[in-house]
Amino acid sequence: MARNGGVAWMRTTEKIDGYDLSTSDTEEVHVLAVDDSLVDRKVIERLLRISSCKVTAVDSGRRALQYLGLDEEIQKKETNGFDPFFYCDFQGLKVDLIITDYCMPGMTGYELLKKVKESSAFREIPVVIMSSENVIARIDRCLEEGAEDFIVKPVKLSDVKRIIDYTTTELREGELREGARAKRRGINKRKQREGDDDLSSSPPSTLSSSTSSSPSSSIQSATAPSSPSTLDSPTRRLKMTSSE
Amino acid sequence: MEVGQMQRRLVDYTKSLFMEGFLDAQFLQLQQLQDESNPDFVVEVVSLFFDDSEKLLNDLTMALDQPNVDFKKVDAHVHQLKGSSSSIGAQRVKNACIAFRSFCEEQNIDATLRCLQQVKQEYYLVKNKLETMLRVKQQIVAAGGSIPMIELGF
Repeated sequence: MARNGGVAWMRTTEKIDGYDLSTSDTEEVHVLAVDDSLVDRKVIERLLRISSCKVTAVDSGRRALQYLGLDEEIQKKETNGFDPFFYCDFQGLKVDLIITDYCMPGMTGYELLKKVKESSAFREIPVVIMSSENVIARIDRCLEEGAEDFIVKPVKLSDVKRIIDYTTTELREGELREGARAKRRGINKRKQREGDDDLSSSPPSTLSSSTSSSPSSSIQSATAPSSPSTLDSPTRRLKMTSSE
Repeated sequence: MEVGQMQRRLVDYTKSLFMEGFLDAQFLQLQQLQDESNPDFVVEVVSLFFDDSEKLLNDLTMALDQPNVDFKKVDAHVHQLKGSSSSIGAQRVKNACIAFRSFCEEQNIDATLRCLQQVKQEYYLVKNKLETMLRVKQQIVAAGGSIPMIELGF
């Protein structure tokens, strides 16, 4: 938790007493968006801002880890007696959600997911994977590794709104349950392991992408009302308990 | 041309781009993300797409011009182009990329060269059309008019 101590020192909102694990004063969700494509970064950033989030967008898994303070290079330097605050430029505000592209050069989104879930400090941050390839095996692998959700690109406003809605709800519920640590565990407790029959009913984001082959059906999905914000998002039913 | 005429022209033109498959629903998503706080969002994203695509098309041309073509590299570039065209709703470019990738898998040099031509053609077509559309929008705004909402009753 030392890193969070460093982060708290850096924060622009003024919680100075060390381990502030609650959401910021304005209750805005802070999302770390990771995508190597400039076009996609611009779009996801806008989608998130319009959904009332704070956004930090980076172009690689490596930079994401640096931002979180998980980068091994920096860690090595710190254990060799370097002043951790020297590197505090790399670390920023507490992250409430990570949303990452799957296919990236260097570190893939899957590898980033694993690194985050392996870290005791950050494993409870929900990670959402985005991918243009709608491959069940890939989706399964990510969910098994602890991904919160899987969005098929191109990302739509309804996808983002759904994710932010249940992230916000989970954060708030956790706070009600007394204190920051309980909130963190709360996110994990909600995950249920469901049977395979749910795989046959594709989640909304997958479905609309696979039917967007002709202009008419694509436009229909755009003008249809966005999926209701509900805790019971279909993709969540696919999730498994995180292996702890 | 007076504002009303320009607005009608814009609506018809935009509708035709959807009817002819140049643009798909994702482009509508982008338009929804534009508002008074971000009035140039669509122009900005589209410009990024143009820059990104032109670089990728150059890289592709060079990669396919090698004596020993590295199809993995070619595929990686096409994958990127497919991604960005999909993200802005440039449907025909995206579809051309999908076909391109299957020929990369086959390592078919003749087919991939034809695909490159096809992708370039689709790219320049949609670029031209988007620039025209954005230009008309600018003219309407400059003349004090508002941009009409496109109703697509499909």
